[in-house]
Amino acid sequence: MQMPQPNASVLSRKAQIVARLREVIPQDAVISDEMETRAYECDALTAYKCPPLAVVLPSSTEEVAAVLKVCHQMGVPVVPRGSGTSLAGGALPTADCVLLGVARMNDLIETDYDNRFIRVQTGRTNLSVTGAVEADGFFYAPDPSSQLACAIAGNIAMNSGGAHCLKYGVTTNNLLGVTMVQMDGTIMEIGGAHLDAGGYDLLGLICGSEGQLGVVTEATLRILPKPEGARPVLMGFDSNEVAGACVADIIKAGVLPVAIEFMDRPCIEATEAFAKAGYPMCEALLIVEVEGSPAEIDEQLALILEIARRHNPVELREAKDADEAGRIWLGRKSAFGAMGQINDYMCLDGTIPVSELPYVLRRIGEMSKEYGLDVANVFHAGDGNMHPLILFDANKEGDLELCEALGADILRLCVEVGGCLTGEHGVGIEKRDLMVDQFAPDDLEAQMAVKDVFDPAWLLNPAKVFPLAASESRRSMALAAE
Amino acid sequence: MKPETEAELAGMIASASWPICVRGGGTRGVNLDGDVLETGGLSGITLYEPGSLTLVAQAGTPLAEIEAALEAEGQRLAFEPMDHRGLMGTTGAPTIGGVVAANVSGPRRVAVGACRDFMLGVRYVDGTGTVVKNGGRVMKNVTGYDLVKLMSGSWGTLGVLSEVSLKVLPKPETSACILITGLSDAEAVRAMAKALGSPFEVSGAAHLPEGPEGQAVTMLRVEGFAGSVAYRADQLAGLFGDLDVRVEDDPASVAESWVSVRDVAGFHGTDGDVWRVSCTPSEAADLGAKMNADALVYDWGGGLIWARVPEGTDLRARLGIFDGHATLVRGTGQPKFQPEPPAIAALSRGLRQKFDPRGILNAGLMG
Ligand SMILES: Cc1cc2nc3c(=O)[nH]c(=O)nc-3n(C[C@H](O)[C@H](O)[C@H](O)COP(=O)(O)OP(=O)(O)OC[C@H]3O[C@@H](n4cnc5c(N)ncnc54)[C@H](O)[C@@H]3O)c2cc1C
Repeated sequence: MQMPQPNASVLSRKAQIVARLREVIPQDAVISDEMETRAYECDALTAYKCPPLAVVLPSSTEEVAAVLKVCHQMGVPVVPRGSGTSLAGGALPTADCVLLGVARMNDLIETDYDNRFIRVQTGRTNLSVTGAVEADGFFYAPDPSSQLACAIAGNIAMNSGGAHCLKYGVTTNNLLGVTMVQMDGTIMEIGGAHLDAGGYDLLGLICGSEGQLGVVTEATLRILPKPEGARPVLMGFDSNEVAGACVADIIKAGVLPVAIEFMDRPCIEATEAFAKAGYPMCEALLIVEVEGSPAEIDEQLALILEIARRHNPVELREAKDADEAGRIWLGRKSAFGAMGQINDYMCLDGTIPVSELPYVLRRIGEMSKEYGLDVANVFHAGDGNMHPLILFDANKEGDLELCEALGADILRLCVEVGGCLTGEHGVGIEKRDLMVDQFAPDDLEAQMAVKDVFDPAWLLNPAKVFPLAASESRRSMALAAE
Repeated sequence: MKPETEAELAGMIASASWPICVRGGGTRGVNLDGDVLETGGLSGITLYEPGSLTLVAQAGTPLAEIEAALEAEGQRLAFEPMDHRGLMGTTGAPTIGGVVAANVSGPRRVAVGACRDFMLGVRYVDGTGTVVKNGGRVMKNVTGYDLVKLMSGSWGTLGVLSEVSLKVLPKPETSACILITGLSDAEAVRAMAKALGSPFEVSGAAHLPEGPEGQAVTMLRVEGFAGSVAYRADQLAGLFGDLDVRVEDDPASVAESWVSVRDVAGFHGTDGDVWRVSCTPSEAADLGAKMNADALVYDWGGGLIWARVPEGTDLRARLGIFDGHATLVRGTGQPKFQPEPPAIAALSRGLRQKFDPRGILNAGLMG
């Protein structure tokens, strides 16, 4: 993975830049000591590290605007950061950047149950948004597995999803409005408590733009009344094909579960060894969860079980109480941790049409053999968002490169069958150079034209999302202008 | 102009030397100067996989054709796009491209999201004649910027859609409607907030100050499996036990009454301008009063107000500054879309300039 050469002029002006920043925000909100900036050298894609020129931790929209104005005037790139849990390197600094962290901006601004929204500063963590409204019977639907740590800022930038998005959608479907600061320091309100913002769908554009269009400082999020209850069932099958067919049949039957999670044999084995959830040893396992009142749950589960039985499951397990429900979810929730115990792993995130599931799983198995690296699959089956986990040994020479090559091949396979490179983690640096496999030059040009409008100097998170070669002329124009 | 292929469409736009008025079925009241470009030649469902909840169609495909295909598999477009013909007094057959370009969403929007929330992918030709694709046909996709959302609701001003890809959902087994009679607008908005804030999954919340029988009617819809619908209807009716409540459980009649909310049937065949106001629900009754309208309909729990006013009324002036925006749907005396604050207007102009540098697509409509 390559990052562009840092801008020597910016590096040489570090002292002036830091001094200017200290003039506009409190002293303790600017970090320039090299020991301390190291804390921000990477996100959750830890294979890549680079300490930034300086770190700023503003406390308000106005402070963010002041910082951006300085950086804009001085031609300094800015990398926004929430909690740094990106798996795509979205928050990876460059040596010549000011890293702008919103961690201090975690105020709860307003909760409004009549209009069913909550307004927060974006440094607030995902889980604490639900936490703020839970006692009153509400929740915020997008629930990435990283929800304890990740910030709303990063969720918006990555358009993050979660286990329950089959029913509730991803971040973009639950975002009503933002306060955003453009690179030149302009503060703007987009959307609000009302359902549809007017004009072009700028909100839709900003959500998922990976911190390249503006720094989002506040967000109005849709909250929903909590369902009366939820209950999972677990089913085991002796082939991926059959499990895949069962998923399609459930969906076709008109039930819309909140979650359909899929684990294959390598994943089942690893999680069993780690979490001992009592999963059956079989080729494929589904966890299907439905919501509602007890009677409604019974009604939906009866239908789901009837469909499952038609596919000759090797195991069908209903949760009779909260404890059993917890055990059904235990293995799935520990899957990533389990993998981390046995190996280093790289988590992919491609999406495929659900109908291609059996073929893609078979091909991944074959590729895994060709590369000599194990791959375990655990993913959101209802929406085709796969998470192949490639296991490798970071201490072994060449293993990371091999793993990246296999990852790239798997993602190309996803594109080939009509899917995409990333379903919820984002492009960042990780999939940047694969964008040409999914998009024609004109497609990329149209996207980059949007960045030209929001950030003409290409100073915000510039080396991400687009292949370096494709964005080269724009980034170097920015350098020349400066 | 009536291209038969995307390549032809691209050629026509590239060689156009003046403004083009993009037309699907011509049912949504867009009449601008310029050569009419009809999308009807780009027609047909290209892919429909019920088990993946995905449908891809060329932009000029009649909506009726899509709805029929979905119906055959027990599925539907969950965002419930309205049919503008009755309200606008137009004829013609609505197309899926028109639905997307105008981000047309009906009563269920309050529960499941707008048209844009169901959009998975687009192909379009921009103002220079370049073919662009974005998104795809899968349900979760964050690969690159979301131009799918940008194109949805851009009214053909950033590009002419050639193909759209949508998430579809199963049709529920049955539905029921809780009807509360005699509430004032303010009481109705509070009742709807209470229902929408309950766990009983209300999929429609509308208030007609003058219902079919002349009295005010507040309507709450539930949909799903029979047992669940009966249970939720009962629970909801219980929430309003002290009011004049009735449950309608004949699905045909429930469907009919929501079609008439969706299409604002009460305004059909009337004179005057029609406005559509998007607002914070709890402010709806106050805003409704300020409008001094000849007739009002509240949908989305109050988040959407339809207002009929005498021709030429400047409704925005009556409303003053509020959290939301007003669109002139029928009538010509005022700008169709709410003027934007300067910083946002600058972005809109910038996008327009990039996507359609010559300003030839539906000139004068947006941005
Ligand atoms: C164990 C684990 C499990 C995960 N599970 C899921 C999952 O289930 N679903 C899922 O979708 N993701 C998941 N992720 C990925 C990650 O948590 C999400 O992408 C998350 O949204 C990132 O949030 P963050 O606050 O940590 O953002 P960061 O990592 O700090 O930044 C992410 C991106 O957002 C940009 N950004 C940050 N703040 C702002 C701002 N204020 N304005 C504009 N741009 C900004 C950054 O520049 C960067 O591009 C997981 C990660 C881990 C480590």
